[in-house]
Amino acid sequence: MTKSKGYSAKIAKSKSGVTHVAIASFALLLLATFCVKLDSQEKNPFAGEPKAIKLGEFQFRSNCAFCHGLGGRGGGRGLDLTRAKKRHGSTDAEMFHNIHEGIAGTAMPAAVGSIGVGMTDEEIWQVIAYLRSIQANASSEPVGDAKHGKELFGGASGCSMCHMIQGKGGRLGPDLSGTGAARSTEYIVDSIRYPSRRLAQGLTEPTKEFAQEYETVTVVTADGQKYMGVVLNEDQFTLQMLDMREQLHLLEKGKLKSFEKKRESLMPAYDQKMLSEKDVQDLVAFLQEVSEQ
Amino acid sequence: MRGGTLIIEIEERFLDSAGRSVAGAAGKKKRRPAPLGMTVAVRVTWILFAVFVLFASSLSAQVTPQRLLDSAKEPQNWLMYSGDYEGKRYSGLDQINVANVGNLAAKWVYQTAATGKFETTPIVVDGVMYGTGQDDRAFALDARSGRPIWMYQRTLPGDIRPCCGRVNRGVAILGDNVFLGTLDAHLIALDAKTGNVIWDQTTADYRKGYSITLAPLVIKNLVLIGVSGGEYGIRGFIDAYDANTGERKWRFNTVPSPGEQGIETWEGDSWKIGGAPAWITGTYDARTNITYWTTGNPSPSNRGEGRAGDNLYSNCLLALDVDTGKMKWFFQFTKHDEHDWDATQVPVMVDQGEKQLIVQANRNGFFYVVDRTNGKLISSNPYAKITWSKAKDAEGRPVALKEASPTLEGNRVCPGAAGATNWMSPTYNPQTKLFYVSAREQCDIFSTAPQPYEEGHAFYGSAYFPNDDAQPFWGALRAIDPETGEKKWEFKHVSPTWAGVLSTAGGLVFTADAEGNFIALGAASGKVLWHFQCGGAGIAGPMSYAVDGKQYVAIAAGSALFTFGLL
Repeated sequence: MTKSKGYSAKIAKSKSGVTHVAIASFALLLLATFCVKLDSQEKNPFAGEPKAIKLGEFQFRSNCAFCHGLGGRGGGRGLDLTRAKKRHGSTDAEMFHNIHEGIAGTAMPAAVGSIGVGMTDEEIWQVIAYLRSIQANASSEPVGDAKHGKELFGGASGCSMCHMIQGKGGRLGPDLSGTGAARSTEYIVDSIRYPSRRLAQGLTEPTKEFAQEYETVTVVTADGQKYMGVVLNEDQFTLQMLDMREQLHLLEKGKLKSFEKKRESLMPAYDQKMLSEKDVQDLVAFLQEVSEQ
Repeated sequence: MRGGTLIIEIEERFLDSAGRSVAGAAGKKKRRPAPLGMTVAVRVTWILFAVFVLFASSLSAQVTPQRLLDSAKEPQNWLMYSGDYEGKRYSGLDQINVANVGNLAAKWVYQTAATGKFETTPIVVDGVMYGTGQDDRAFALDARSGRPIWMYQRTLPGDIRPCCGRVNRGVAILGDNVFLGTLDAHLIALDAKTGNVIWDQTTADYRKGYSITLAPLVIKNLVLIGVSGGEYGIRGFIDAYDANTGERKWRFNTVPSPGEQGIETWEGDSWKIGGAPAWITGTYDARTNITYWTTGNPSPSNRGEGRAGDNLYSNCLLALDVDTGKMKWFFQFTKHDEHDWDATQVPVMVDQGEKQLIVQANRNGFFYVVDRTNGKLISSNPYAKITWSKAKDAEGRPVALKEASPTLEGNRVCPGAAGATNWMSPTYNPQTKLFYVSAREQCDIFSTAPQPYEEGHAFYGSAYFPNDDAQPFWGALRAIDPETGEKKWEFKHVSPTWAGVLSTAGGLVFTADAEGNFIALGAASGKVLWHFQCGGAGIAGPMSYAVDGKQYVAIAAGSALFTFGLL
């Protein structure tokens, strides 16, 4: 809020052609009201303005893309912002509030004094104008059958053996309760078809997608026990892993007979034979539906 | 002064901290006969008192400029940030060595009770350790036990502009004062015995983006500092202050103004916000009276548009006259930088026979060897993956590819934004004649975005992103032979570390990793010989000292300072 001055100046300038005293006074009164209510106003004053959209894109790069990815398609920890329906509110006012104040209980920080270079109110509205512009181009509304997706998830496809949703499911893969809102349809489809293409990604630890990277590890202990599973954590000398039966193993690397870590997912690559295009869309629809609850 | 005579020691007490004029007066005081007419008892008392004073002074002799110059003669003390003026971060102590390092154990831990990155390298003088914590606190500890002697907490304004954490890397000492640079761009002298403020000098307006994070460097009677703020469009400088009064003696602007040499390397008025901060401690060659400093990125860091030219003296090695601050020569590592490849790595002085060199593993991925008598490049070899250069100019300097510039869409370049190394201090070991550095293997996608400059406001003109590679980034401790630029060995880290490296006469190198391990390796072999889990990442340089004949090794990790000794 400390930099709302620039915004008032802009509005004032646009009124500079008005000469009639009464109208000018009325305009000033309006302006004052407008400024006071800047962060609670309902509509974006720059909506659809090409220049504001471009400026918003630059602001987005410098402030938001660390987590939300270039183009707002979801990156490390940030949600896919190309979807019209946003988990924490989709109206201009809600989006302004979320950017300005941050979102409590999530990794989303306030606009000033955290990640990036910080934004004035004016710049926040520019970012919203930009987000609207990329949202219009996105084709990420669910087209699948969420009910069938749910059946697949819990049954034939075996997803829930490793993935948890709302407290139910397995532990070998990431909890997918929020993934539907966090990732674009393309990203989720890609992750189902080619799970090893990318594991957790992020510039730094705080912006990573998940706390764990879900790398695959296979070890043989000194007494000949072989365990395969996912890495929960490791350092130079120790390994904390979960095996396929979800048993926790706390190991010293130096005492292992063998240690092999792969930057590949344990998840099978679901090709067309295992999941048809429709099935995949149904799963996506389910994930999106769940994430909005 | 352990080997010194009592006469020298009593003189020390009356030396001014420049070690000059007062010495004669002190000598006269010493030679003054006991007053006539004294009774025997009074005489005896007077003599006892004199003996007491002599004894006390020998217990904690003041730190003189000469002691700082001769730091190698007292390896039990760690008298400055890098341990010595050469920037070697090498300890002459060998009690802890390759044979017994397996018996190293934690001796004490000091908790700063502050959050944020703990980047201090403590100094140790005659059994007292001085360090700094996050948020500009300074402390003195009993180096045997870790028990605090005093703690000073700078009250920082709420609107300071630290780019990358509320960090501080340590103090310097001279006489009875320790010197602390602060995030609100003050330089403060504290009484080494009480922590009381002796003087407090404003170096720049923090509201414009200036801050100090480095450990000052004391030379003669001067306290040298450089500033941080390359992310705020500052105009960088290196300052020297009178150690007694805090009065500024000289300033070297790292970005020239109209009429000065180098201004032709800036487009229009871009020099005014040109950046080039000097945010890591320099080194000093007493033979030539030159102090070597390094500078960081031009502003904005990732957008070259609007500042066409080489942008001197950003990303440079600078040779400055200690007494005047006048530049003797410069060497620019990265011209017209657009990747935030600060040259702010300690410029380590290495002698090879007749050759007097500065060696630096630069953030841009090249290992440079420069003749420190004239600034001429001797060699430049990559020590990490680089994609930004395929050719060298006539002087042998790597030339940037045009296509490596950041673009609107984003452009993948190695090394990444954090560089092939960063500020973490390397070490040079005169025994193995190897240089050891914490290297990062990370490529990033550099994108640029126009951003207007606004005073005191973050100013990057950019953003950068993790690349989409299947492989995550990683790091390694690398041993490099400065003679050839070749890698002798490497020790891979699970993830890149922000810790510096210490080497010792015991044939060891010490470093820490991002997973919290403090690790000792053989300096020649690169093999792990010992490790300890500190429970927090080590993002500081280790150091070593001795008290009562026992050697210790210390590192800041997490929010605590850990000290280790033999069982």
